[in-house]
Amino acid sequence: MNSTAIDSPPRTLPADWRDFVALTKPRVMVLVVFTGICGMLAAPATLPPALAFTAILCITLGAGAAAALNQWYEADLDALMKRTAGRPLPAGRMDRDSALHFGVGLGVFSVLLMELATNWIAAAILAVSILFYVVIYTVWLKRRTPQNIVIGGAAGAFPPLIGWAAATGTVDPLPLLLFALIFLWTPPHFWALSLFVRSDYAKAGVPMLPVVAGLKATRRQILIYTLLMSASAIAPWPLGLTGAIYGATATALSAIFVVLALATLANPATEPRDMKPEKRLFGFSVLYLFAVFGAVVVDKWLIA
Amino acid sequence: MSANDPHTEEVRRRQRARAKVMGLALAAFVVLVFFVTIAKMKLYGA
Repeated sequence: MNSTAIDSPPRTLPADWRDFVALTKPRVMVLVVFTGICGMLAAPATLPPALAFTAILCITLGAGAAAALNQWYEADLDALMKRTAGRPLPAGRMDRDSALHFGVGLGVFSVLLMELATNWIAAAILAVSILFYVVIYTVWLKRRTPQNIVIGGAAGAFPPLIGWAAATGTVDPLPLLLFALIFLWTPPHFWALSLFVRSDYAKAGVPMLPVVAGLKATRRQILIYTLLMSASAIAPWPLGLTGAIYGATATALSAIFVVLALATLANPATEPRDMKPEKRLFGFSVLYLFAVFGAVVVDKWLIA
Repeated sequence: MSANDPHTEEVRRRQRARAKVMGLALAAFVVLVFFVTIAKMKLYGA
């Protein structure tokens, strides 16, 4: 590992505060905040606005802490990829210790504040989600297994569970199914992306599925996870946990997702410029998650 | 290194900006804890 440039960046300037913000990956946070809010709004109990706001703030700060610690650990890897080389650490705009202290401080703060504002169950799940992302995913499995994305997906699946637990103080079947939905959604979402940015991951030596198992196997895995994801997306309806509005939305959108996954499977292209179905699948996957989670909330509030 | 060479000035500028952001964050935290306390007192009828 050639990390000399990372271990001794120019320390002559204190990092700009904007680089600490960049360290929290604000753009990834949108989905985290949105699914967290949906989990909270889908819950049968309602928090006072100040506590609801604080709980969502804690989920946001926790996600930011996890992102900062991820970049602290992965600075050597980020330096090798075009997409990530401009981040504060690989670009040398911040020293690693600052990122570590910022990440740990923010993480501990978010968990303590969550306990203070809501309950210890939400705080405990928040702590587990941060540790899971940093220790199990980033440190342990990301560079060791081509199933890394599957493991990483579990980390991103916590927000609705935390939002629900903040409101109710419990963990119930519906938020667990929402957890499963994001967990199973992540592999098709990221593998579609990794099909057309494959060369970058290969350069950094991350065992992404297309690099290790090939394009055909990746496209097959995308379809398998899409089917599992669809099952857990639709399940709340027949189980009586949601109404028909959610059921119809989830079924229709999952059907489109499956069609796009089939189009991907049928595409023999090996060059990114011929990977239109993959790009379409990736784009739709983001829309899908927003729409399905929106439907959970709309369904609940219309019935109430 | 004199007090007004460009490097020192840039360091000072960044320190000032960070202190300002930290100050705003702390002020926001004070306001947040106030409202959390009010909400908790209403919830538990204290």
